[in-house]
Amino acid sequence: MCVSPLVWAQPAANSISTYTLPNGMTLVVKSDRRAPTVVHMLWLRVGSMDEVDGVSGVAHVLEHMLFKGTPSVKAGEFSRRVAALGGRENAFTSQDYTGYFQQIPAHRLADVMQLEADRFANNQWADEEFVKELEVVKEERRMRTDDNPRALLYEQLAAVQFAASPYRRPIVGWMEDLDAMKPDDARAFYKQWYTPSNAVVVVVGDVQPQDVHRLALMHYGPIAARTLPERKPRTEPTQPGMRRLEVKAPAEQAYVALSFKVPTFTGFDGSPQNQDALALTVLAAVLDGYSSARLDRALTQGPDRLADSVGAHNGLSGRGPQTFVLEGVPAPGKSAHDLERALREQVARVAREGVSDSELRRVKNQWEAAAVYGRDSLFNQAREMGSFWAEGLPLDTNDRLITALQAISAEQVRSVASRYFGDDALTVAHLLPQVRPAAFARKPAMPVPHGGAVR
Amino acid sequence: MKRCLSGLLGAVLWAGVAHAAIPIEHWTLPNGAKVYLVHSPGLPLLDIQIDFDAGGRRDPPGRVGLASATALMVGKGLKAKGAAPAMDENAIGDSWADVGALFSASAGSDRMSFTLRSLTRKDVLDASIQLAARHLADPSFPADVWAREQQRWIASLRESLTKPATVADRAWTPAVFGSHPYGQQNTPESLSALTVADMQVFHAQHIQACRAKISVVGALDRAQVEARLTQLLAGLPANDGCPALPVVPEVAALAQARDIRIPFASAQAHVTMGQPGFKRDDPDFFALTVGNYVLGGGGFVSRLTEQVREKRGLSYSVYSYFSPGLHAGPFAIGLQTRPDQAQQAIDVARQVLKDFVDKGPTEGELQAAKDNLNGGFALRLDSNRKLLDNLANIAWHQLPLDYLDTWTQKVQALTVSDITAAFARKVQPERLVTVVVGGAP
Repeated sequence: MCVSPLVWAQPAANSISTYTLPNGMTLVVKSDRRAPTVVHMLWLRVGSMDEVDGVSGVAHVLEHMLFKGTPSVKAGEFSRRVAALGGRENAFTSQDYTGYFQQIPAHRLADVMQLEADRFANNQWADEEFVKELEVVKEERRMRTDDNPRALLYEQLAAVQFAASPYRRPIVGWMEDLDAMKPDDARAFYKQWYTPSNAVVVVVGDVQPQDVHRLALMHYGPIAARTLPERKPRTEPTQPGMRRLEVKAPAEQAYVALSFKVPTFTGFDGSPQNQDALALTVLAAVLDGYSSARLDRALTQGPDRLADSVGAHNGLSGRGPQTFVLEGVPAPGKSAHDLERALREQVARVAREGVSDSELRRVKNQWEAAAVYGRDSLFNQAREMGSFWAEGLPLDTNDRLITALQAISAEQVRSVASRYFGDDALTVAHLLPQVRPAAFARKPAMPVPHGGAVR
Repeated sequence: MKRCLSGLLGAVLWAGVAHAAIPIEHWTLPNGAKVYLVHSPGLPLLDIQIDFDAGGRRDPPGRVGLASATALMVGKGLKAKGAAPAMDENAIGDSWADVGALFSASAGSDRMSFTLRSLTRKDVLDASIQLAARHLADPSFPADVWAREQQRWIASLRESLTKPATVADRAWTPAVFGSHPYGQQNTPESLSALTVADMQVFHAQHIQACRAKISVVGALDRAQVEARLTQLLAGLPANDGCPALPVVPEVAALAQARDIRIPFASAQAHVTMGQPGFKRDDPDFFALTVGNYVLGGGGFVSRLTEQVREKRGLSYSVYSYFSPGLHAGPFAIGLQTRPDQAQQAIDVARQVLKDFVDKGPTEGELQAAKDNLNGGFALRLDSNRKLLDNLANIAWHQLPLDYLDTWTQKVQALTVSDITAAFARKVQPERLVTVVVGGAP
């Protein structure tokens, strides 16, 4: 067992304590004693990117099944017990990780730890539970993706942009894969990946780290260590030229997204790749980090504006390949292709002319303030640390990022703008708005007021 | 448990205050503004929310959307005043970004709300307060910017009408609220009718210091807060006594059930059913809130979730809610499901509601609700942001200053028959408006 409290760079911030349990599980504790509450999270370093073809969505389906019982806690009972403790709870799945959390009064921490440790080690359910829950997941997919044209566009964009990287598959899974999914697919995924060395417990709130450590040893400590499967890197090969796609869906407004492959931030070693990743984040903020930033000013204002909305975002960090996305909604009567060109021109302008010191100062001041705002929420503090752990970054990455970003120069921003935005690493997706077909062909469709869906 | 909780909050979060769980300071400024303050020294932050009786219910006839448009445009330009030059939207955006502070103006059905979040460092707070003060007092409502915002708004409204959720809401809301302001909907035509002159008049009528309800949470004491608020409101017109605004009529109860089926080729049918609920000052507030936790408000453990999602796998999301305001806001049940299952899901949800209104919760369900709501009471107050929400609720609805101190007692005192009686008074399952967008014929 090692104890290595890390001290946050910011003087006002609280310290983080990390422990490794004998079975390989990590524990992270941060005291924040403003109120008698605590957030308890369990994160697994497994997400949709660890799936293989044919079972897309299984990480997320399994997340749902973790609520379906253990030999000692029957289906639905987990949620009832957390509610009885005064708690709120949920879970989430991303490409990179899966997380489970409870927000509870501080003196209930031991109770939720016991429940969470039990389902982490002993999740077990009948096939019928799986069959019902799979239908819930399909409804989730219909709601989030199938009836959401822009979500559909990003799903297709990832599928075209990546060939080898598992980021090409949607987190929720293809509907066809969900249709074919079997209970044993989820059970196998659970056995493979839900091992102590692949997990971190994060606790933030009105606690003493030593007390939490003692509780964690009691509840998570006895879980047997198991070897993790080998992870194949599945590195995305270099893209040999621009890719373009069109997505047709019922919509009124067109939409365009330009996604450039860029470096992933892997740590504070000062390597050229990591410096570039940081500079790309500064570039995104200079373009779109505040309401009068460059993209807004250039593209959404004036009588001949090209866009109704625009955005720029750098992925920065993650277990897989990251992208820098420029996106926008064309203004009425303007073309998506013109907007595509104009978005790229804004990056080219930075490459030619650089950025001003006042712009740089502005985005840095914003981050500094945002770091303090972020400490108002226990949940947010725990979420940040959990995701950094899952991505293999230091737990105090948030504060170190502020410092590292402060050190990025205007020249570094200009330089990344000139090097990462060529044609070859680019994938462009256009949403082509379609008139929604009449719902039931044999009946006359009722008109929807004000230029709606049925025209 | 409750006693222990109060002690902890008092000792940890607000050291030195012995008797109240959440000590709220309340006073009236010389300009008439009502102030509510919770001192929270844990972080170098200040949060301020200022609410005015200038929400959508105050939209003049033929000017639906004016409150929202006014709030939107408050951020888009400032008049020159004294030594301060005029500022366009870009100068404004740059200035807020320079200090890293967050300012917003928005309008709901009842209130127009201005919020400021800033660090308490002196140079930052000086700049934040000064800029926010100008937004409150001196918006310039530039016509060219409004022409653009109008176009953008109309375009995004047309886009939203391609989504089943929006189509459902826009059919349900007017069917429930009729001619009441709560039932009015923006349309491209109504938005086209709004002018910056309308906004200037609306702003001048409503945004006055004597009409302000101000909630403050942060690391400043009362004297510091008073000084900052005086700066913040300095540009608003002097106290003219603020004569009462016209009375807005109440929401009429529904006379009969209505079924509205809208064909729509979407992956899911969207179902909304309900009726007018109750006013926030209704004595049944606690009984209805706790009852709704059991019916469809309580996360994964409500009856609706149990019957629609957990037992039958019909929906990812199913819920019920009351949204009480100055008038009887909505009571609604909502779900989305594969179109061919819509009728089954509706039948199940209706049966759940009918059973609940007929018999109320079981003793076990009521106890579980109390365990969750009272056991987790501290979760409602464990950040400055949440404290601000609670404080603004107290300020807006003129709730007693010990509202948060007595909250768990009020919940604890409820009986099954209290809840059953309250639901019988407020919910008539035989008179629901049901809207189905995209269900199978």
